[in-house]
Amino acid sequence: MAEILIKNVAKRFGTYQALQDINLTISDQEFMVLLGASGCGKSTLLRIIAGLETATEGEVWIGGRRIDHLAPKDRGISMVFQNYAVFPHLTVFENIGFGLRMQKLPQADVERRVARTAELMQIGELLKRYSGELSGGQRQRVAVARALAMEPDVILMDEPLSNLDALLRLEMRAELKGVLAESSTTAIYVTHDQVEAMSLADRISVMHEGRIAQAATPVEVYRNPAERFIASFIGNPPMNFIDATPAGDGKWTVAGQVFDGPATEKGKLEFAIRPEDVRGAEQGLSLNVRVVEPLGAHLLVTGAVDGHLFRAVLDSDLVVNRGDVLTLAPLPDRVRWFDPDTTLAVN
Amino acid sequence: MSDVAAQTPRDTRSAGRFLYVAGVVFLVAWVLVPLYFLLINTLSSPDAVNSFPKSFIPEFDMGSLQFFAGFEGMLGALWNSAVVAAITMVISITISAPAGYALSRFHFPGKYLFRLLILLTRAFPLPLLALPLAVMFIRTGLDDTVFGLALVHTTLAIPFAVLITYSLFSGIPMELEEAAWTLGCTRVTAFTKVILPLILPGIAASAIFAFVISWNEVFAAAVLTIENRTLTAFLLQNLDTSPLHLKFAGGFILVVPALIFIFAVRKYLFAMWGIANR
Ligand SMILES: Nc1ncnc2c1ncn2[C@@H]1O[C@H](COP(=O)(O)OP(=O)(O)OP(=O)(O)O)[C@@H](O)[C@H]1O
Ligand SMILES: [Mg+2]
Repeated sequence: MAEILIKNVAKRFGTYQALQDINLTISDQEFMVLLGASGCGKSTLLRIIAGLETATEGEVWIGGRRIDHLAPKDRGISMVFQNYAVFPHLTVFENIGFGLRMQKLPQADVERRVARTAELMQIGELLKRYSGELSGGQRQRVAVARALAMEPDVILMDEPLSNLDALLRLEMRAELKGVLAESSTTAIYVTHDQVEAMSLADRISVMHEGRIAQAATPVEVYRNPAERFIASFIGNPPMNFIDATPAGDGKWTVAGQVFDGPATEKGKLEFAIRPEDVRGAEQGLSLNVRVVEPLGAHLLVTGAVDGHLFRAVLDSDLVVNRGDVLTLAPLPDRVRWFDPDTTLAVN
Repeated sequence: MSDVAAQTPRDTRSAGRFLYVAGVVFLVAWVLVPLYFLLINTLSSPDAVNSFPKSFIPEFDMGSLQFFAGFEGMLGALWNSAVVAAITMVISITISAPAGYALSRFHFPGKYLFRLLILLTRAFPLPLLALPLAVMFIRTGLDDTVFGLALVHTTLAIPFAVLITYSLFSGIPMELEEAAWTLGCTRVTAFTKVILPLILPGIAASAIFAFVISWNEVFAAAVLTIENRTLTAFLLQNLDTSPLHLKFAGGFILVVPALIFIFAVRKYLFAMWGIANR
């Protein structure tokens, strides 16, 4: 059992607050992805869990044991680094077996486990090579194999695929998911690529300016973003926002149309809808088309609704031209509302 | 038109190649020609040394060398030089490698001042320090000992050794060390199993540097030793008034052991694996 508990963790570098008030529970064997823009503190949090950085405040527990005062080697973790960190003076075999040798395992066991992990990562025929003789993708595999061979309770990965080209990345992503599902380790995976996050994660923790904005399943994060920032960050293209004014009785006026919304006392809300959640209709929002981009499967239409930037993903059979005015009806159960003052979602 | 286009790049390329080869030849000659004259003059009879023009083929007259082989104190001085240089090499590396590591890996108050101070030790000319040093050595009984001289040479070698090891450690990505920690290493084992193998060639290079500094140093050696002279001090004392052919032979004897030493450890001067992880 390797449940990870992060309690009230904060980190300051001098006066700079890199992390604040981080509370997160990651269940045993869960695949958790930390997603956020560059500089939001993802690596810092991961390194605090690994023991490469000390938290200014807070506690870290793994498997019911408080570990934030322990050295990295005593935490039951292993880590995959962004730039691989494959030891250049050792062969692939010695790299993968490095941690096992440190545990003083008998030679036969080391050989067996290295062979098995290498097989799993499909680098069985590279065992005699040095890292200088490997391609980026192969080095990446060695780094993952080295971490897996330790059979750790927890595996931490800091943007492990970011140095690979797009195709290899896609391939490695699928492999990584399969390998980790079999290995029954708890995984924390750092990335700023939302597609990677969506495809790998059991749950995503969206980080923003040193705090966790939302921790939920990929679908939940996509469908019900907890903050406006998440709605505007996740999804390609992201959500559309239009100002709304109250029309009484839980009704709101959006671009001249009246919609059912939350019953609050607020004098102002933001109406939000995903570009793919609108349909052509008799009555609805009128979109002044400025740009039409045929993307094959879909048609991406960009324009303005009531002066607000609005994108719609439509069926590619439609004929739309620049200057057209489309009438689009949002799917009622996909409409979301945000409070412009707190930027939080309102139900 | 096509002729011009085809010719111009080839001309520039061959011109560049010519410059490159000429440069290499010049640098090699810069080092080898004096050594060659030293060799010729050493292996020539006294008359040939003083005559002009010189022959380019040595006569293999062993007179000068035989003179030195029989010269009293000569072998002792050679031995002293080797011992002093070896001690200097060992002490300066044991002090400098940890210092270089600390400078590259830790942030501490006064780090930049410290780095400057290391260099400042070279700002005091040795002759200025020689008298107080001699007095202190006599008081502590370190005067005229091989170890005492090695201490002085260590002070001379340390600034360079610290700066070399500092840049070596800085060239090794922090992640390699961190990866070792997460794989079960302590700070010490991560150092011995990952960092040390990677910087060994560089450490060897700075050790050789310390060795050569000590081997060539003459001032402190002449001031601080009397009985236990090193080769440089010994030759300085005895060859001052000697004839030219003996001076050449003395120089030859001084150069050859250092050359043999560097030749023996030359492979460490080239990075063995390269630091390929970046
Ligand atoms: N050792 C340090 N000293 C001072 N500031 C630091 C240090 N390490 C990180 N920071 C700062 O903390 C913030 C968070 O850094 P972190 O490396 O965790 O970002 P990240 O989310 O991993 O970003 P990226 O996606 O670019 O890797 C950054 O603003 C960074 O400048
Ligand atoms: Mg990072």
